[in-house]
Parts: sequence; C-alpha cells; structure tokens
Amino acid sequence: MNDQMSPEPSRLSRRGFLGGALAFGLGAGALSACSTPVGSGLAGTTIDPGALQYWNLFGGGDGVRMQAMESGFQKSHPSIGLSSVTLAWGNPYYTKLSLATLGDKPPDVAISHLTRMKTLQAAGLLEELKQSDLARFGMTPEKFNQTAWKNGLVNGKIYAIPLDTHPFICFYNTDVCKKAGLLDSSGKLKPIDGEAAFIDALKRAKAVTKQYGATIANVNETATPWRIFQSLYGQLGGEVLADQGTRIVIDDTKALKALNFLSTLNKQGIMPGSLDYQGAIALFSAGRAGFYFQGEWEITTFQTAKTPFSMAKFPNVYGGSNHYRVQADSHTVVVPKRPSRTKAELDHSLTFIRSLLDQSATWAAGGHVPAWLPYRDSSAYAKLTPQSNYASAADAAVYDPDAWYSGSGSDFEIIAGGSIGAVMAGLTSPSAGLSRMKSKLQTLADTKPPT
Amino acid sequence: MTATAYVPRPAETVEGTTRRRRRRLHDDTRPAWGFLAPFLILYALFVIGPAIYGVVMSFFETSLVKSGLGKFAGFDNYVEAFKSSDFWSAMWHTVWFTILTTPPLVILSFVFALLAERAVHGRWFFRLAFFAPYILPSAVMALIWIWLYTPGLGLATASLDKIGITAPAWLGDPSWAMTSIAIATVWWTLGFNFVLYLAGLQDIPRELYESSAIDGASPWQQMRGITIPLLSRTTTLVVVLQVIASLKVFDQMYIMTSGGPNFSTRPALEYIYDIGFTDYRVGYGAAASTLYFILLLIVSALWFMQTRRAEKRA
Repeated sequence: MNDQMSPEPSRLSRRGFLGGALAFGLGAGALSACSTPVGSGLAGTTIDPGALQYWNLFGGGDGVRMQAMESGFQKSHPSIGLSSVTLAWGNPYYTKLSLATLGDKPPDVAISHLTRMKTLQAAGLLEELKQSDLARFGMTPEKFNQTAWKNGLVNGKIYAIPLDTHPFICFYNTDVCKKAGLLDSSGKLKPIDGEAAFIDALKRAKAVTKQYGATIANVNETATPWRIFQSLYGQLGGEVLADQGTRIVIDDTKALKALNFLSTLNKQGIMPGSLDYQGAIALFSAGRAGFYFQGEWEITTFQTAKTPFSMAKFPNVYGGSNHYRVQADSHTVVVPKRPSRTKAELDHSLTFIRSLLDQSATWAAGGHVPAWLPYRDSSAYAKLTPQSNYASAADAAVYDPDAWYSGSGSDFEIIAGGSIGAVMAGLTSPSAGLSRMKSKLQTLADTKPPT
Repeated sequence: MTATAYVPRPAETVEGTTRRRRRRLHDDTRPAWGFLAPFLILYALFVIGPAIYGVVMSFFETSLVKSGLGKFAGFDNYVEAFKSSDFWSAMWHTVWFTILTTPPLVILSFVFALLAERAVHGRWFFRLAFFAPYILPSAVMALIWIWLYTPGLGLATASLDKIGITAPAWLGDPSWAMTSIAIATVWWTLGFNFVLYLAGLQDIPRELYESSAIDGASPWQQMRGITIPLLSRTTTLVVVLQVIASLKVFDQMYIMTSGGPNFSTRPALEYIYDIGFTDYRVGYGAAASTLYFILLLIVSALWFMQTRRAEKRA
C-alpha cells in the first residue's frame, strides 16, 4: 500500500505491549470477580454462581407474564438466585438447548414444548424426574390435566412437568356474531357442529362484514394450516405417523375429506385464499371478518387492539357427540441432564417449577389453559373469561405425532403445513397437496433416526 | 498494493554457490519453523484436524447425541445429498447470492474509488464514508437493515411510498428476500473492495496521465487505455476475494430471515447447520459440508490457474 493510504503506524514498544497485556489480564480478573457479563464471558464462569439457570422461549405477552412469574419466584424465595435467559422460539432454541446439554453446561431448568421434549428425551438429554422427588413438592400426577400429563410420559416415566395446554381455538367478533344471530341469550357463541353449520356460520358472518366470514394465516406460515388440518383430521380419527415417525399412516379418505373442506371455504369466498399471519390478525381486529382461527395466545393482541371479541372452542366439525378433538401443544418444564447434580440443586429446580405452577393465574391470563388443576378447578379461573370458555379443549388435545423430526416449529410442521396451506389457497388440488405432503414426509420417515 | 512480479534472479549457475545457498537456506529454516510453530500447532489442532475428522464422519451415520462415529455408511450420505432437492436448492441460493452480489460489489466499488480519488477536498471523508459500514459486525448491520425493511414503517418502505411506489415486502416475500439481503450486503461490504481499488489507483504513475494528456487523450481514453488495464491485477484479486466471500454467506441471512420465507434464502452453510445441529445428523451434515468444500476448492483452483496465466502474460 502507498503510504498516503496507511497512516504512520503508532509505535508499540515491547514493554508497552506487555504492560498492556498485563493490565488487560488483571482487568479481566477483576471483572470476573465482580461477576459482570464481560468478566464471566472472559473467564468462562457463570454470571451469578449458585443461581438457578433458567432458559425459556417466551416473547410478546407471554414474555412479560413469564418475567412477572420470575420476579414472583424471587420474592418468595430470596435465598435462591435466579438467572433467566430468553432465546428465540423454534428450532434455534432447541438447537441451543441440545448443544448446551451436550457440552455439559445446560441450564438447571428449561421450557420445552411437550412435542419437542420427546425428541430431547429420545436423544438422552433430559433427566428423569422421580415421582418421590416430585411428591416432596406436592407435584403428584392427579394434580395435572390428565391429557397433558399422559402425553408427556415416555414409557411411563416422567421427564417433563406440563405448565399448560395451548389449543387451537376460535376467536369471534362479538359485534359481528350478534348481528349475524350467532350468539345465544347470554352473549356466547352458539355451538357450531358439523360441516354445514360451520359454512352457514361463516356465511352469516360474511353477510354482516361484507368481506369475509373468517380469516386464517396460510401464506409464509406453515404451523397454522397444519393446526386446522390436524384438528379436523383428528376429529375424523386420523393418524399421521406411527412407530416413532418411521412409518406414514395417513388415511387418504379422511385426509382428503378434511382438505376438501378447507379448500371449499376459500372457493365459496367466505375465507380469503391467501393471507399471511399479520394480515389474518389485521382483518379480524378491524372487524372485516367474524371469526379468526389460531392458538389462544393471540388474546393479548386483540385485547390491546380493543377488538370486541370473545373466544370459544374450535368448532366440532367431524367429531360428533363423543369424538371432539383439537390440535394443541403444551409448554412443559424440563430438567436437562448434567454429569453431576446434587440433591440441593435438584430441589432448587423443583422449587422453581412448583412456584411457576402456583402462579398459574398469571400464566392463564395469556390464554393458555393451565395444566395445574388446583388452579384450573378454582372459582378464580372460572371467572377469568374468555380464557375459561375453552378450558375443556385441553382435555380433547391431539398432540403432533412422535418423531425425531416433528413437534412445534419443526420440519414436520413446515412440510405438512406448506402443502395444506397451498390447498387452502387454491394453488393445489386436495389430492395433489396430499400426495406432495406424503412424498416429502416419506423422505424424513426413511431417514434413520439420529436419536 | 506493492506486489512486485517475480523477477528471475540472474546466475545461480555456479555449482558451489548453489550448494552454499542451499545449506544457508537450510540453516535459516530451523528458527523459521520455531516462529511458525505457535500458528501451525493451532492450525493443525483446530483447522486441519477437525477438517479430516469431518471427512471421516461423512462416511458414517454419526449422530450429535450419540457418542462415537456410529455405523459405517459408505457413500450413503453423499448419495442422499445428491438426491436431496433441499440440498441443491440451498447450494443454488448460495450461488445465486454470489451472482447477485459480485457484479455490483466489483463495479460499484471501482466507480466509487474513482470518484473518491478525484475528490479534491475532504477526500478523507469519502474514504471513511465508504469504508465505515465494513467494520460493522454482521449482527449490527442485519439489525439496521431489518429496521429499514420493516413493512409499513421502515425507511426503505416509507420512502418508496412517498414517491408513489408500492414497496415489496422486502424480507417477507420469497421472490424479494434474496434481493433485499443482497442490497444490504452490497452496502455493508463495498468498503473492502473500495479500499483495494483505491490502493490500486494510487499505484498508477501520474506521468502516464500527464503524457497521454499531452498526446491529446480524452478522459475516457485514459480510463480505457490506462486505468482499467493497469488495475487488472487488482480486479482479479477483488473478484476472487468477492466470490469466495459471497460463497461463504451465512450471518446476514441467518439473522435477517433465518433462511425464510419458505427456505427461499437458506444458504448452503445454513442447510449444513440445520442438518448437523438442529436435526442431530452430523454424519450427513459432514457429507454436505464436504461437497460444499469441494465447490469452494474448484473456485479457488480456477482463480489460481487464472492468476498463473495472468502472471505469465505480465
């Protein structure tokens, strides 16, 4: 380089360099002694030694409520420090949790979806929780929602404590539905049973809004199409995978029935063909659709937007009188495996989990159906509306099938939801969508499980 | 750049001189190895070792969550990668990104270097202005551009709205996401090529311009006859470094879109990461990574041959 370009380099003497390095070393030492993030990063120690390390994936309204619960824990248990980390939802979270556990530096306690917990367990990353230990903290099986509890067991062993169930539900605009005559005398949505009733309700809502009957996200969004399909297909009694995901057992007749129904909704003009996640929310909150189908967590969005709305169970389209089903998942609390864990450390973790359960009231405000029955059966919860309207959906939950590639936000949901979303948008026929979904899933099913 | 071409030294014909030289060279190399050792040991330990281990792993059904290499798989992993449409689409995204970014990064940096060179006052300011984005960490640059691209409120969207153009959903639309990331990347890394060109420009002797001006050459003729030919070595260097840097793309895509929407911006490196770490399939991930390594090797070999030819010409 020309010396016009590079300025005269400042001269660094050896003595100056060594002095600087020494000062840096001392500085790093002093910093780690003060346990600042920088110091602990340089020295490789934890920020707050002895504190309970807790990882979660909650953003938005859930994030705010979880922070309130964390400070509730700190107030009631000041002797146990708490250091909590919130990471981005989905694959990045589970990848980091897996790698930290493999590297022998896992958090003491972590949140995991029930469906993803199965993969972590199969990979041998989770500590088994003994009934006797749980009983010491009053966490006995009968105190939990049985659907969530039983789905969380692996060969009868406990690896996760369910915090909630988050079912796919039906949001409805109370103003629109009232004008459409869809509400009963107490202002609640009348039950919508069967295909014809579902289409009729959406048509009547459309007559009021002059635009759409219902909205649902299906563009750039794969989880939502999967959720509505799994709810309908589950009501028909269909299964998708068997033998830990190595076999595809889709019942073509039932799957096509559900897919045909979904494609009809767009063809009849009562649901928009292509709408992304934010668009579906925006149309519903602006009163341009009577219904909106999504997980109950969007409650905060509509409360903030001051939409006149309420919530109900997702309609029973195919289940008849005794086979109502709805897609759901649960947030669970897990204890990742570590080479050594003292009884005191385990007790701290269990104390924390129990404290989260005791604060179910805070958590339930965000829409999730609490798994902790002492709260769910309380009168306080019954008074919490519209959240308690759909509490029974938790008992009818269908979880994503077991496979190393399935679970919330997984490749499975992306593949299945991508094909279903295209059918809903009218881009593919139901039969073509189904065969595409099956052939793509077959690749994953044929792959030898890495766990 | 003061890279001087290799000039063959005269003589070295007398037998004795050569032998003496050799011995002296040999004596000289020993302390050299000593000085190189700290680097070489670390390099062998953390680059060559893991690379060999990765190639070995690619022939096994290695799992991240099981100890040991697992069952021998032969070429199964490679066959799977060759058959996988996801692998090829990720490879294509990397190549497409390279195609999208290399021409503007070379041409624009050349143009800006020329302009900055011409500036009489405040030359330091232009140099700083073009180079400054380059020193930003990828996460900072990604955050800035995510804000710019925010639908509805972002500067990029809002300013297009003001002049009456409906902005695309920059990062949300599968057909726009790659272009949006490419634009952000051009802004971010332009400065590096810019500095190389600036240095190249300053190596061109002033006299050439003076004498050509006396002979009546127009600025355009000077550009075509002097500037561009004399910068050809710099251009080769810039193009190759740029192609290799673009092929290594990962950070900005992972942060800005995580490979989405609908995998439309997932580069080869993220595919390898997803397979190896998220899906625990390290063996197959290693096979995909070896194939990717071969691609980079081919590009580097082409460059090597090209520079050799260029040097022979010179």
